[in-house]
Amino acid sequence: MARVLVVTSGKGGVGKTTSTAALGAALAQTGQSVAVVDFDVGLRNLDLIMGAERRVVFDLVNVIQGVAKLPQALIRDKRLETLWLLPASQTRDKDALTEQGVAAVINELRGKFDWVICDSPAGIERGATLAMRFADCAVIVTNPEVSSVRDSDRIIGLLDAKTEMAEKGQRIEKHLLITRYDPQRAQRGEMLNIEDVLEILSTPLLGIIPESQEVLRASNLGSPVTLCNATSAPARAYLDAARRLKGETVPMCIPTEQHRLLSRLFGRRAA
Amino acid sequence: MAFVLAPSAPIASWLAELDNWSKTSPGFFTGKAIVLDVSKLSVNPSEIAELVETLSQRSIRVLGLENAQTDQLDPSLPPLLTGGRPATDPQPASRRQEPGSMVFEHPIRSGQSIIFPHGDVTILGSVASGAEVVAGGSIHVYGALRGRALAGSTGDIRARIFCNRNEAELMSIDGYYQTADDMDASLRGRPAQCWLKDRVLSIAALD
Repeated sequence: MARVLVVTSGKGGVGKTTSTAALGAALAQTGQSVAVVDFDVGLRNLDLIMGAERRVVFDLVNVIQGVAKLPQALIRDKRLETLWLLPASQTRDKDALTEQGVAAVINELRGKFDWVICDSPAGIERGATLAMRFADCAVIVTNPEVSSVRDSDRIIGLLDAKTEMAEKGQRIEKHLLITRYDPQRAQRGEMLNIEDVLEILSTPLLGIIPESQEVLRASNLGSPVTLCNATSAPARAYLDAARRLKGETVPMCIPTEQHRLLSRLFGRRAA
Repeated sequence: MAFVLAPSAPIASWLAELDNWSKTSPGFFTGKAIVLDVSKLSVNPSEIAELVETLSQRSIRVLGLENAQTDQLDPSLPPLLTGGRPATDPQPASRRQEPGSMVFEHPIRSGQSIIFPHGDVTILGSVASGAEVVAGGSIHVYGALRGRALAGSTGDIRARIFCNRNEAELMSIDGYYQTADDMDASLRGRPAQCWLKDRVLSIAALD
């Protein structure tokens, strides 16, 4: 049975799209069939991060309006054959999404894939509420800073009130993914620490993604970070998070860059 | 058993008093059988009809009239009732009212608003920054209170606020309030209670 996962956050710029691409690729790397769906109609980015922007013909809005069939709009990844993208429309706005249309698309995707990952737009308006509407579980992306944490809290409240599962009286499964975590800055007290974030949001932790230049490099190359450089610190963190999503027990640690570790060792020797 | 309303002249000031009273007890008349006793008024049928209409605008539906002269009655008005006796024991009815307490077993998230005018609210979890809890009675938070807590919202000056950790944005009892800025810094981050002492809001640590 397919699982429908929404990647959401409330606040913009925290790493929803990066995380959608990285988790989607990580799950596909384990042999699961995955569809990543961009719900950010009007401000689409997932196609760029996935490196598929030159192959977009039809999009989510076309499928909802019956202009195209779902298989015509799905784009297969060139590197992983079990990874597919359903892009958003850039020329329309969120009002082009209808609840019935989204329900029909999600339902059809459920029949074809092991995982359907919905990349939510920022905000709490139509695009975001429709992205979460039919999800079975949610990944809430949070940066360790107060504004992001409060917005995530707001989104968790909406997940418990506005989703189809919540309206049936069930509780949607929620996971917290902390991104852009900088251990050094956290140590200096310039960032909220993990315990505080977990205490405020009281939601189980899926993973901690360290701040890294690798993420930016991968985005610019149009490749999910887990594919671009699978041994980099953020890639390892996403790969662990994907295994946790599949139900495996993986000890929680914050991966660091190899070279940094080495230089620290050398530094200690010199001292 | 019916509830008797006995308006007295002048009707305008009686209505103002009624409005004032139902503001503090919203929904009091819902589902109650109401009888209108017009003995204190000397009015004609059209004035009675007007009064019945005014009451129905306030969601008070009149079941029957009492102590009206038969010549005052018009067929469109509620029927005349006689032989009403004062009820001696209103206990059974009040016993069936909902319990004066509400419990939440999950955290209250930013943007959520809990409004419970009928009594106490207990939260087994935290109240997030940007969330709001409004209770007619006291508020108990078994977690961190980071949002707003407004106890005694219907005028109960004995209501209190208790929390395991005071990080509140605002605490209020019966309209007397303090914002985070007004609070003594030494009370932040600690278990605390808040109550009204001679119309002054007091907050004290509980540890």
